[in-house]
Amino acid sequence: MSVITVNGKKHQLDVDDDMPLLWALRDIVGLTGTKFGCGKGLCGACTVHMDGNPIRSCSMPVSAVAGKSITTIEGLSDDGNHPLQRAWREHNVPQCGYCQSGQIMSAAALLEQNSNPSVDEINSYMSGNICRCGTYTRIRAAIQTAAGEKTVMNDSSISAVNDGVQVWEAQS
Amino acid sequence: MKLKSQTGITQLDRREFLKLSGVSASGLLLAAHLPLAMAENQATFDPSLFLAIDAAGVVHVTVARSEMGQGILTSMAQIVADELEADWSRVKIVQAEGHEKYGDQNTDGSHSITDGFMPMRQVGASARVMLEQAAAEQWGVAVSECHAEQHQVTHQPSGKSLDYSVLVAAAAKQKLPDTDSLTLKSADQFRYIGKGLALKNLRDFTVGTADYGIDTQLPGMLYASIERPPVIKTKVKWFDKTAAMKVNGVHAVIEIPHSPGPALFNPAGGIAVIADNTWAAMKGRKALKIEWTENEHSKDNSAEYLDELRKTARSPGIVARVEGDVDAALKSAASTVEAEYSVPYLAHASMEPPAATAHYQDGFCEVWACTQTPQRARQIVAAFTDLDKEQVKVNVTLLGGAFGRKSKPDYVAEAAFLSKATGKPIKVTWTREDDIKHDYYHFISAHHMEAGLDASGKPSAWLHRAIYPDIGTTFAPQANNVGNLIQGVSNMWYDIPNVRAEGGAPDAHLRIGWVRSVGNIQNAFAVGSFTAELAEKAGRDAGEYLLELLGEPRILTMGKGPSGNALSRGPIDMGRMRGVTEKVMKAANWGGALPTNHGLGVAVHYSFLSYVATVVEVSASADGKIKVEKIYSAIDAGQVVNTDRVKAQLEGAATFGMSIAMYGEISTKNGQVEQDNYHNYQVARINEVPEIETFIIESTAAPTGVGEPGTPPLAPALANAVFAATGKRIRDLPLVNHGLV
Repeated sequence: MSVITVNGKKHQLDVDDDMPLLWALRDIVGLTGTKFGCGKGLCGACTVHMDGNPIRSCSMPVSAVAGKSITTIEGLSDDGNHPLQRAWREHNVPQCGYCQSGQIMSAAALLEQNSNPSVDEINSYMSGNICRCGTYTRIRAAIQTAAGEKTVMNDSSISAVNDGVQVWEAQS
Repeated sequence: MKLKSQTGITQLDRREFLKLSGVSASGLLLAAHLPLAMAENQATFDPSLFLAIDAAGVVHVTVARSEMGQGILTSMAQIVADELEADWSRVKIVQAEGHEKYGDQNTDGSHSITDGFMPMRQVGASARVMLEQAAAEQWGVAVSECHAEQHQVTHQPSGKSLDYSVLVAAAAKQKLPDTDSLTLKSADQFRYIGKGLALKNLRDFTVGTADYGIDTQLPGMLYASIERPPVIKTKVKWFDKTAAMKVNGVHAVIEIPHSPGPALFNPAGGIAVIADNTWAAMKGRKALKIEWTENEHSKDNSAEYLDELRKTARSPGIVARVEGDVDAALKSAASTVEAEYSVPYLAHASMEPPAATAHYQDGFCEVWACTQTPQRARQIVAAFTDLDKEQVKVNVTLLGGAFGRKSKPDYVAEAAFLSKATGKPIKVTWTREDDIKHDYYHFISAHHMEAGLDASGKPSAWLHRAIYPDIGTTFAPQANNVGNLIQGVSNMWYDIPNVRAEGGAPDAHLRIGWVRSVGNIQNAFAVGSFTAELAEKAGRDAGEYLLELLGEPRILTMGKGPSGNALSRGPIDMGRMRGVTEKVMKAANWGGALPTNHGLGVAVHYSFLSYVATVVEVSASADGKIKVEKIYSAIDAGQVVNTDRVKAQLEGAATFGMSIAMYGEISTKNGQVEQDNYHNYQVARINEVPEIETFIIESTAAPTGVGEPGTPPLAPALANAVFAATGKRIRDLPLVNHGLV
């Protein structure tokens, strides 16, 4: 039995100690925003934060995160308006979108460590996150935008272009 | 009649009320009759399978194609909304299930907009006319005085207006206008078409709420992980499930039947472990003991196989096209050039592996799948559950990348079979290893090319033999690739008097499928590289030489080859081909000064009826490694719908092309694929991908393909840039095998 805190909420997980956090999040806790890509820590799709540090949840057993605080894409911000989430929308970054949770979580960790990264620093830090659709140029631009915005956190104009289009509904 | 409570859309059983009539050859349908049986208190205006407007005036556009990153859901809605004069903020998108009533739903071959542009405009325009008629009737005025704009119909002489929401009930009683009577907008009247609107579901992708095939969760659902035969068409000889059944959480171990005959889209067979969660299923699977049979594919090694393809390519093959007399022209040429190229097998490696969930109960099977071919999925699910397809419902989720892999619904059939076998909802999730080792691979190919040059260096003869196991081998024991040479071999467009194109029919040792841009990948590499080699032989600048070979603007209408094969998919407009080429050369300052050790390469290709040219700039470091510094890519795809998504596709296609050129290689040993994950099947990463400058040629010509055409020119442009920077000519991809990356 491992107790972990996910997005501020405690969960008692009655699972094998060796179950990777990824599958505990997806199959047990029911948070599917964190994605499976490779299972070997090679692609970054499963990136979450553990006590604020980025980890590849596919390669981290739940026993190693017991007592820790986990943040997933669903908990990155209260309202979906973290500067990176807004910048991602401003730059229309996603194509298929599958890797973007992991990209955003990695980028958030980068900006926590380095509030104004250079292009080389972005490339180096983000090189563990694969995007097969090829959104890399926009990821770079979005991180730079978010980095610039961090000093003007109250500027709400940036995401205006994408507000009001949250009307997506899949056919049930 | 049933109410869709979740969305508030009244979903009528349209087959009962509507007589459907085909529109054009695209297979898209408009309703010819109105839903007369619509309940009177439900004011939904439902003029088409693809469009409904509810009593609140909300426009629901149903999109029948699958969303895999190309932005098709938003783009299709843009088309309808434009002609409908809908307020974009009042437009919602509905993903269609898999059903033949929607016509062709195959989301491959870059043809969704090509096929859908005109019918979707007609859908929007028809509804707009009916709304105008309804308003005219209500006001007792001539319809010619009523004009729809931004969700309102206005009576122009008086200035009074009504919102669509108050007109839908009356509009539903109007006669559906004859398609021929519709006045569609002119290009300068477009409000949404040709604009870079944000994706309707953009926010979902940034907050973790976008649902893919892997994300389906049903009450009581169990999870499956499947060990498949390591060599195609081999079978389970024996297996022992004892240890697997002891793994905590494992419920069952079930053999999936082996399907004899060609691969088709059938599951490969194997042993499935069913468990409480994905991890338990994977652990149980590791504990299985299985021995597999062997067959004629068990000795296949791709290195030897490629040698055979090369040998085959050196001798006369199956002729696909003949112009003039190549042999005589080669003999009389002032000089000749000969070269051989190869491109390995490639895997799709979409970020979301194949995944599907099925629930079989009471003689009905419902599935949720990331599929590019929902109707094909429906058929195979029916076949593997012994149901009629009317007893199968396929819900299409978002696709986390696809690139052609998810056109093959073997994984959907696995889920359905296992759900029937267990009586439980089952989710099948492929691991990355499963995905890399059990793909429908892009075919390995060998190319033999010869050209004769006259005294001025201009080609007088061109011979291209392209030998590869064709996609047809997935459907029949033997198949030649002559028909598929239309992807850049038999439709070779240079202005050369003597031309011969030949193919072959080698046996396949893997399941062969289509990967983003298909045969154009290797054909463009061979043709684009050889063109630069001819320029080198002629002592000419590669870019200027390419423009000269493209020749004067003209339309090439190609006929059929000796075996009745079409030489080209469509007429080729050499003015447009030249246009994209000149655009990128100018953008890259072709011929201008470059830093030391930098080089530029250019290539152009026609595919999926579109024209894309690419210039790549590379630098070479002292240790011999190559860095891609900049990419320029221009497309002429006729009238584009969403400019931002077209640019995104060019960026993505160039990145996909970089992965192919730098790293792409699947190899086999003893019939088994040697790669299994992103460490040994590498793809381009952010630190390797430079700025990509993209250009859309403005055009009002009919829309053509966008998702794939950007990929083919990247590899030859890159190889040509490597030559320009280093003097090394790379004829066998990928670059990593030459120590360049």
